[in-house]
Order: sequence, then structure tokens, then C-alpha cells
Amino acid sequence: MGYRKVAIVGAGMTKFVRRALETPRELSWLAAKAALDSAEMKLDQVDSVVFGSAPDAFDGLHMKGEFVADGCGAWGKPYLRCYVGGGTGVYAIAQGWLHVASGLFDTCLVVCEEKMSTCQPHPQGAFLTIFDNFTEQPLKPNLLWIFALEQNRYMQVHGITLEEIARVSVKNKRNALGHPCAQLGAELTVEDVLKSEVMAWPVHRLMVSPTSDGAAAVVLAAEHVARRVTNKPVWIEGVGWCLDTAYWTNRDLYYPRYVERAARMAYEMAGIREPRKEINIAEPYDPFAYKELHHLEGLQLAPKGQAAKLLADGVFDRDGDLPATPSGGLLGVGNPIAAAGTMKICELFWQLRGEAGARQVPGKPRRGVAQAWGDLMQVGTVVVVGV
Amino acid sequence: MGSRVAIIGLGFTPARPTSSHQSYKEMMFEAAQRAYADAGIEAADVQSFVTCAEDLNEGLSIFDEYTPDQLGAMLKPMHTLTQDGLHGLADAALQILSGLFELVVVEAHSKASNIVAPDWIADYATDPVLNRPLGLNPHYIAGLEMQRFLHESGVKHEQCAHVAAKNRRHALRNPAAAYPAHLEAKDVLASPPAFEPLHEKEIARTADGCIVLVVAGEDRAHRSAAKPVWVRGVGWANGSFALESRNWAHPDYVRRAAEIAYRQAGIHDPAREIQLLEVDDTYAYKELQHLEALRVFPNAADAARATERGETQQGARLPVNVSGGVLGMGNLLEANGLARVAELVLQLRGQSGARQVEGARVGLAQSWRGVPTTSAAVAILGLE
Amino acid sequence: MEGQPKNPRGTSLSSDDIKRGRTFLLPYTPRLEYAWDCGEAITRYLEELKNGRLVARTCHRCQRTLLPPRMFCEVCFRPTDDWVFVKDTGTVNTFSLCYVTWDVRKLRKPEIPAVIEMDGASPGMGIMHLLGGVDPKKVRVGMRVRAVWKPPTERTGSITDILYFAPLKGNGTAARRKRKGKR
Repeated sequence: MGYRKVAIVGAGMTKFVRRALETPRELSWLAAKAALDSAEMKLDQVDSVVFGSAPDAFDGLHMKGEFVADGCGAWGKPYLRCYVGGGTGVYAIAQGWLHVASGLFDTCLVVCEEKMSTCQPHPQGAFLTIFDNFTEQPLKPNLLWIFALEQNRYMQVHGITLEEIARVSVKNKRNALGHPCAQLGAELTVEDVLKSEVMAWPVHRLMVSPTSDGAAAVVLAAEHVARRVTNKPVWIEGVGWCLDTAYWTNRDLYYPRYVERAARMAYEMAGIREPRKEINIAEPYDPFAYKELHHLEGLQLAPKGQAAKLLADGVFDRDGDLPATPSGGLLGVGNPIAAAGTMKICELFWQLRGEAGARQVPGKPRRGVAQAWGDLMQVGTVVVVGV
Repeated sequence: MGSRVAIIGLGFTPARPTSSHQSYKEMMFEAAQRAYADAGIEAADVQSFVTCAEDLNEGLSIFDEYTPDQLGAMLKPMHTLTQDGLHGLADAALQILSGLFELVVVEAHSKASNIVAPDWIADYATDPVLNRPLGLNPHYIAGLEMQRFLHESGVKHEQCAHVAAKNRRHALRNPAAAYPAHLEAKDVLASPPAFEPLHEKEIARTADGCIVLVVAGEDRAHRSAAKPVWVRGVGWANGSFALESRNWAHPDYVRRAAEIAYRQAGIHDPAREIQLLEVDDTYAYKELQHLEALRVFPNAADAARATERGETQQGARLPVNVSGGVLGMGNLLEANGLARVAELVLQLRGQSGARQVEGARVGLAQSWRGVPTTSAAVAILGLE
Repeated sequence: MEGQPKNPRGTSLSSDDIKRGRTFLLPYTPRLEYAWDCGEAITRYLEELKNGRLVARTCHRCQRTLLPPRMFCEVCFRPTDDWVFVKDTGTVNTFSLCYVTWDVRKLRKPEIPAVIEMDGASPGMGIMHLLGGVDPKKVRVGMRVRAVWKPPTERTGSITDILYFAPLKGNGTAARRKRKGKR
């Protein structure tokens, strides 16, 4: 199937912090400007803008997209805000791809931002409203519940231990030490992780990504523009997204089938038949440590129930066969919801161009996959890039 | 890459002030069933879905969680746009023109009746530091804009009242409209002042309803039994959000959105090439302001005179908002744009009964997202 | 080995900065109130909860019994067919022991959220609720549980008309202790 070629030609992001001084607009501006500057492009070369952000409930605004628009360079331009919960940060790149691939636009600036700290007394509280208003909210559920329920099911079905899961935190927080924007880079041991407070068994504190403020942006361009702008465009080879039923308690949570479907859609577009062989770097979504393993399986990069073993064998280390989350991920860099997914795209952009500095994966990686997840254990969004 | 985009299916529930017999899911299911039957398709045929919704209008965060099941979208590509339904139609066009999909569903609905304090929600959309502390009901923004608009354009208040009366009367012939009424301009002016210069009957009341479109690529449209309504152009744009730096009299973002749509549709003289217009009239003066921005009239004063003379009524030379518009159908929140499109689809297919505009071949739908936004979208639909 | 991103911007504030007023804050409490139309399926569901019963819908095409009930089958995309009551007993599919409330207050005694596959509904058809009347250390996936209802006069037509799900007699600690005759 011949699609119009679209490349990422620039990327930029802010630091991810627990609480930023900057407003949502300012955060968006900083990331958008950094992305444009990295491509040596000006705003008038941008034909269209895509904005991604997760619940308005955090930023303290209704129609948040309208308020932030100025910070994304959207004045006078076609502007769309897409939204699939935590999946937004990777889906937004697919949305941007649609703009350029349609032939209606030659360039698209994609900005994702989140300012969770606005929500008082703690951003966590806003998550109450993601649960079903009729059948679940009266129980006063906690965001931790659904992750803990899923982690427990995953562990039960496959016999995975907490030690195996803790290794993800250790790897990602260590990787994050090489990321200039990281909120929680650290050198930890498995024991440190297991000794950390049990928040919702089987989830320990050091297995949970933080709430964060931050923004990330990329510039997408059609081939003729890309070749003028840079000598190393990173091509978007495949996009995929998939949303499962809202009735999450009617499904078995041990496996993210919606991630598999999204991945297959992206791999088919990219002409990838054996992902484990053809993908050089993976950036799976890691809001909780077990999730990285869960998602690696959904991404077809590990057989069901086997991701933990491959991790223990070093396959997913930065210098392993298939580096996973060399950025440091949500666990290490931070989790401003939508921006976190885009951070992973930025990471692949830098890695494939050999610009990732201390985080650089050896061996000249050529193809990467970024994945985000969101909603009530429901949505998978996947983008495959290559040079 | 597909070359053209068409609407091959339309389904909706009628706009009504309340809809207590249905939950939002049941309302969406009804509209979707009707749309798929109209298109002659099964839900399983649809390849991708777009919902247009804002969390705080639904009262649920991450509203896209709750959209797939009642549309038949489970385990399919689906996402939400936090914008008007016309933006959703634009998104569907992008998906089809890119070559990724050939059958996409767009949905939007309103359950405004379920929002207990809607003006507080609208307030929550205003600038939290510079504007919200003034503690004003956000409709004041429309009042400010109308004041400046009248001052700069020379349009008279009474002419705006004619818009409201016309659209409420148009709604009398639209069974899907929530607020039909036989009003004259004097009745509108006699209604209580609300946000001066706006009077109560110049402000659209909210309504509940759901609209689903089935959108197809050219090849798929030709294989469809339904008469395709072609999306000849679609444009959208934002202006600056800041109240302090906007052009109050002229919504430049509407002009920009129209430019993009006209260029795609090959339209150079909108007044001559378009026979049917469905534009935003959430506040009566807006219809005149938008007709100028859309270049249907050289200026708003001309549009106002034409309205006064009855030239924009059904049966006259350039019918505007034969559906009743937002004033007549009701403010359907994110579904307003799709309500405008629904009317065009019915008209172009010759399915509008007593409202039918004879000889309509090209129509324009325009939406605006309401205060405090500067967001608009425009679509040109046609039989060819 | 300097790499991207170079010189990222962003200013971190500490909670101390906030407490000591080193930064300008504007508090605002939104008024976000909704009165959702329950519609056909959920109205019946809540009414029956008030009656001390769980009601589901069936789809004859895929032959599933759906809980919570809905008027459409999301797999077949057709209207569902009949109402059917399911039991108030079920099997724990997964659970957690949560020591933090939804608004981040610490709990000494954990809440025990669970997904419970209800008897009489299709396999895997679970609902979310809380477990109670059980030692948290004894909770297991696969445990058989029964709903503990509020007294009829206290029920309002809500999922909380069920207080929690407790181990079925003969299966949980409490039952065994009782049989020994002492407590």
C-alpha cells in the first residue's frame, strides 16, 4: 500500500518535573519552540498543528485545547486536539501523520502537554472521574486499583514474581540518569524497590511513575520538505491504534489484546513480519513497572508471559538484543500523561540519528517502535519509525 | 491515496430539551443503528471511528473510554477529538485521503440537560488568571463581541432579532428541532435583556441529541446504494484565545477555515456557487458576522439587510439555516456542526420534506465552538 | 558524550515554594455537577439492586449474559434480548489490597477492590466491587464470595447497596472459627 512518505524532522521537550512554574501554554511553547529550533524551522513553515493532552480535570480548564492553542503555534492555523487518555502521546503522532499523508498539508507540528500539579490536593484525585459514573464511582475507586488488579492478574496467570517486575523499575530509573529532563533518575536495586511502601498490593511505590508537568513536541514533514530540512529524517513507517470495550471487568486483564491489534496495524503498514528481529529499539509505555512487560508481550516482542524472563536475561538492557525504554521511560523521566508518550517518540528520533548522548543504544539502530496506553486498560497506540 | 470523500450514511436522534428515556450510550446506539441502516452497512464493516466530545460536558474524564461499545467500535481504531463534529468530519477526511481507511464513522452528541450548572462549566473554559476572577457569566463575552460588532459593522440590533425569528420559524418544519416557534423580530426584542445588547431570545438554548455520519472513500462510495453526498472541501482554524487580543467584530478564524475549504472545493464566488447555508447562530448576531466571514456577503450590513428583506428564508434566494440553526434546533454542544451537516445531507438528497430547498446542489456547513473559543470549521458538501 | 535534548527548559517548584508563598497561586473550585440520565438498562440495574438482586441482559446471537446490563450487545451490535437475574455469588478474578484512598490519604486497614465473576453471567463477566469480612492476607484469586447487602431500608438503588463481597460460608476464615464454637 503506497502511503505518502512522512518524516519526523525535529523534536524538543521540557524537563519533566513534579510541579512546574510554567503554565500549560508556556510548557507547550517551550517544547514547540525547541522542536522547531532543532529543525531550524519557523512557525510560518508549519501548515497544521495537532495538540494532545489528557484529562482537562488536571489543568483546571474546560476545553483545555482552546486555551493552550496559542502556546502550540496554532493561531491562524488548522488545529486539532486528539485524546485517548494515556495513549494520546503516541496517537498524536499518528494524527499528525494523517495530516501530511492526506496530501492536504506538507508539515504538521505535534505538541503534547500535561500540567497535573494544578489539581489540588493531589492530581490522583481527578482520576476518580474516569470510572463509570453509574456502576463504579460510588465505590470511590482509586487509580491504583485498576493497575493493581491488572498486575495481580498478570502475575497470577503467568506465575511472575514481584522481583521480576521490580527489575523494570531498576532498569528504567537507571536509564533515566542519562536523560537531561528526568524527574526520577536513580540507581536502585531490586531490594530497594521491594522495600518501598506497598500502595495497593501488589504495587509498591517505586513501581509507580510520578505525576508530572511537562511537554514534548515533534515536527512532521512530507518528503520534499524533510530532505530540505535535514539529512537524517526519521520516517514514520507505521501507525496503529485500537480501543477495547469500556466493560473492562468483562475482560481478562492478563493480556493487552488492544496493544496487539494496534501493533499489528502498524507493523503491517511498515512491512514488518518478525518484530522481534526487525525492531531494534522499543519504547513501550511504562506507567507501572509490570506494564512494560505486559506491553512488550502485546507488541509481539516477547511471548505471552515471557517478557520478565527476557528482561532478567538482559535482552531489554540498553546494550541487549532489543533495548527497551532506553529513555528511562515514565518511571524514570516522568509521566506528564500525554507528553510522556511523545517523549518516547522523541527518544526514538534521537536514538535513530545517533544523538541520544549518554543513552545512546549501540550498533546503529535502524528501526524503533513507540507505544502508549490509556483509558480503563483499553487503548493501544503504536508508531513505528525507521531510518 | 483515495481522491474523494463522501457521506453515505446519516443517523440521528431528534434534538430535544431533555432525553431522560435514554442514557448517552443508548442515544448513541440508536443514532448509530440508524446511520448504518441508512448506509446499508454493518457495524463490522466500519474501519475507524471518531467521537467529538469534551470531558466536562459529559461529566466523565477520558470520555473516549465510554464510546466504542454502542457504536460497534470495540477493538477497532477509535479516538476522540475534543472539538466540534465538523472537526471530526475533517479527521475522517484525513484518514480516507491518506489511504489508511475507506469507511470511517463520525459521532457527536449532547446531553446538555444532564449538566446541572452549565454556565459554570463554560466559566471553567475561560482564562483562569486574567478573566475568570471577574466572576462574570461567560455569555458576557458574546455580549461584548456583539456590542463591538454592531458598532463597527453598522448592523442594527433589530436586524439580529430578525435572524432569531427566522430560525425559530424555520424550526417549525423540522421534526428534529427542539425549539420551533412562530416568532417575529419584535418578540425577540421584547424578551428580557440578558447580556446586553443580547436579549434572551437571541441566545440558543441547549438541547440533547446524537448524530452519526458514515463517511467513505470514493471507491467505497460508488459501491454504496445510497446517493453519496461529496465532501468537496473541509477547513478548520483557530484564532488567538486571548480575549484581550481578539478582533471582536471579525472572526478571522472563520474566514481562514472557509478559505481552506473553498480552495479545496474550487469555490471562488460563494454567494453564486452555494445554494444552501447552515451556519452557526448560537447568538443571533453571529449568523450575520459569519455570513460576512464566509464571504457570502461583502459585509455584515449587507447580510443584515438581506435578512430583513427575507432573502435568507426558506424559499427565498439564499436560504440560511433552514434547519432552524442552533437557535431553532437547540445548542447541541459538540454536535452542532454535525447538525448543520445533517441538514445539508437531507437537503441534497431531496429528503427534507416540507423544508426542501429546490435545486440545491452545493451546501456549506459552518460551526463555531461557542464562548470563549475562537475555533471554527467549514465543510462544503455537494452532489457532484 | 552530550546528546539530545540539549538545555531543556522548565522550572521546578517544590511544595515548600508553595507553602512559603514564593510563587503566585490562584485557587479555584469548579462547580462540576451532573445529573446523568440512567436510561433503560442502568435504571433497571439500580432498581433491582435496591431489591437486593443483580439483573443482567442476554444476547441470543452470541449467547452471552451481560453484566452490567446494557440494551446493546457490543460484540454483535444489535439490541439485547431479555432480562435475567444472576446470582449474588461469584469468584474472585483478581484483587488488590489498597492502602491509599482516592484522594491520597493513607489507610491502616486496606480496602480490597476486586473483580468478581458473577455466577449466572457468562464466564469472565465480572463486576468491580470491594471485598470485606475477610482477613486481607487470606484473599486469593479464585476465592468464592457472596454479596453482603445493606438492610432493605438503607438501600438507595446504587452499587453500594451491596456493602461488600465476603467469602462464602465454608470457605472463609470466619466460618471455620464459628464451627469451632468459639470467637
